Amino acid sequence: MECFTNWHGEQKEGIKMKQFATFVKKEFFHVLRDRRTLLILIGMPIAQILIFGFALTNEVKNAQIAVIDQAKDRASQHLINRIAASSYFEIQEDVLDRDRMETAFRAGGIKLALIFPANFGNDLAHQNHAQVQVIADASDPNSATTLTNYVSSIIRDYQMELNEQVALPYQITPQIRMLYNPQLKGAPNFVPGVIALVLMLVSVMMTAISIVREKETGTMEVLLVSPFKPVWVILSKAVPYLLLSLVNVLSIVLMSVFVLQIPVEGSWLLLFAESALFIVTCLTLGIFISIKTKTQQVAMLVSLMGMLLPTVMFSGFMFPIENMPVFLQWISNIVPAKWFYSIVKSIMIKGVGMEGVWKETLILCGITVFLFVVSLKSFKIRLE
Amino acid sequence: MRTIKFLLQKEFRQIFRNRAILMLILVMPVMQLIILPLAADYEIKNINLSVVDHDHSPYSRQLISKVTASGYFRLQGYHASLKAAYGFIEQDRADLVLEIPQGFERNLVREGEQPLFIAINAINGAKAGLGGAYLADIIRDYNQDIRVAQVEPTRFGTSPSIEVVTSNRFNPLLNYQFFMVPGILAILLTMVGGFLSALNIVKEKEVGTIEQINVTPIKKHHFILGKLIPFWILGNVVFTLGLLVSWIIYGIFPQGNILAMYGFVWVYLLAVLGFGLLISTYTDTQQQAMFIMFFFMMVFILMGGLFTSIDSMPGWAQVLSALNPVSYLVEVMRMIILKGSGWAAILPHLGAILGFAVVLNGWAIWNYRKIR
Repeated sequence: MECFTNWHGEQKEGIKMKQFATFVKKEFFHVLRDRRTLLILIGMPIAQILIFGFALTNEVKNAQIAVIDQAKDRASQHLINRIAASSYFEIQEDVLDRDRMETAFRAGGIKLALIFPANFGNDLAHQNHAQVQVIADASDPNSATTLTNYVSSIIRDYQMELNEQVALPYQITPQIRMLYNPQLKGAPNFVPGVIALVLMLVSVMMTAISIVREKETGTMEVLLVSPFKPVWVILSKAVPYLLLSLVNVLSIVLMSVFVLQIPVEGSWLLLFAESALFIVTCLTLGIFISIKTKTQQVAMLVSLMGMLLPTVMFSGFMFPIENMPVFLQWISNIVPAKWFYSIVKSIMIKGVGMEGVWKETLILCGITVFLFVVSLKSFKIRLE
Repeated sequence: MRTIKFLLQKEFRQIFRNRAILMLILVMPVMQLIILPLAADYEIKNINLSVVDHDHSPYSRQLISKVTASGYFRLQGYHASLKAAYGFIEQDRADLVLEIPQGFERNLVREGEQPLFIAINAINGAKAGLGGAYLADIIRDYNQDIRVAQVEPTRFGTSPSIEVVTSNRFNPLLNYQFFMVPGILAILLTMVGGFLSALNIVKEKEVGTIEQINVTPIKKHHFILGKLIPFWILGNVVFTLGLLVSWIIYGIFPQGNILAMYGFVWVYLLAVLGFGLLISTYTDTQQQAMFIMFFFMMVFILMGGLFTSIDSMPGWAQVLSALNPVSYLVEVMRMIILKGSGWAAILPHLGAILGFAVVLNGWAIWNYRKIR
């Protein structure tokens, strides 16, 4: 074999390419033959981006609250109407006393309660000072702070209006401008995150499972005894999935632009190039997992149970990374989805070019090369 | 009964033989439960601030030091122009820019009114909204200080004011871990149960051993029960381990009725295992089963009310979440662990999950019969 190729050195490359093409063709047949899996692989990301794109938001809307009005005077009614009119709150009419409030809190029926003391309006009119009690269900600390803030700002607005008759000296008026997302919607933050999450998990899982599958069913042995280098066997397996993932990227981006109404502010070409890079990273990770595991069950447990929650949490779209303890910030750096999320956010929402994402791009390249080299080192030609 | 005993023996042997899987389902959830809650701190603090101070007056400096002293903001630097500060936002090095116009102090004193310009990176809407509110609060306080310093207090002390007294129930210190740990445990439990059961029958199909079982006199429900019970026991082991971890590491001990919690988890596990089995009867290969389970798991987990509130979702998504078993478990865990609820409060949830368990398992058995 050695001398044969040496003699015909020029033909060597040609034969190799042809062999590779044959293998890739074989893999395509594998993927295309199983229509059901193919349908799942193409349909699933679309369904997920639609569901999550619409449903995931950290805006607070329609929170159930209780109002206990012990004053029942003009001032309290006025404030209650204000709160009822805002889209943040829905007042539960049947919770009218403290006992009911207690049960409603325990059963999760209300998130916040507002209590006006008996002499609210009187105090306000005569002493110029009145109290309102706000009780929030802090078992969810985040929504507790947000809701408390909303209530306070509604009350403050009301107070400002009362004050309007008295002209205040030395008034500083902050003019606040919200960049990129003036309506403070959840989608511009969540859509890039979901894109990164879905692409990552689907790509990793596809490759990991399909290679281990050959090991488990025994066909890997057949491939390994062929005169073709084992590395190329593995690479040829990744090609159909690379194409499939590119199709997924296209459908996901089209969905977010046309259905979720998140336009791509930057360059489409750059977005696709970066996506392709990210997919290669994920496929390499999939190959790495498949080399390290023996059965489909283990490969799946590792790529799903092991990666789903960490990807959600460390990519930064759910929880701010700067709040994490330092060692977890370090861990977050090895999660590829974190860098891709940042890239997608920059290109899609902020509209920056390569000059804004080169650092993330380099890091993704580095992770890919590292994973590839490690996979290559630990790849065993012989089965145990 | 004897048949089930033998089937259980077989299943347990298969589980214990595969050390890798056993390690994964016991160690991975525990590891994640130890590490992940530390990462889940949503409190809005550490807002990166860039300042463009055109005034350089004592007033502007006072304002800036007041903002940075509040603890919510981290001063990232001073910029000469708004454009340079925007560049910082573009690179994600700043979240918020505060611009103080030239002549701020002089004009405030002379004309009695001055604007301040604030630009916020609002890609994360919630963070931007709160950040803006915090900053506006600080500016208002500062404004008040100036008035007190400039004018005798009696002149505006007559304006009516409403004091908002806030209190936080169940978690007065707003500890985010109290909120996340029970939720993460719920998700891990769901994943362990769902994935294992989804893969199991389909593996027998793929390897071909199901034919051998089909020709034995084993009844269908015996077979299904034999598959359910070992995973149900494993699920309970994982859950108990998880409770121990959250008690030892995070000091979270259920305030309410522990028995009620276990009662709920027992029924819940049946429902999740039934769902896995159902998928497993509909698919031909482990690969298909995994992808389908992955799809549902992701939807269940991300929409289960742990990461984002279900109340804020659009109407159709709220309807979907009524069909999502994870949302019931997350809520029940929070109710019992944090709010100290008992049987009475969780009864509606228990009823719903019982319904899931009956329907899903019944469907799985019925569909399994059809293949035969």
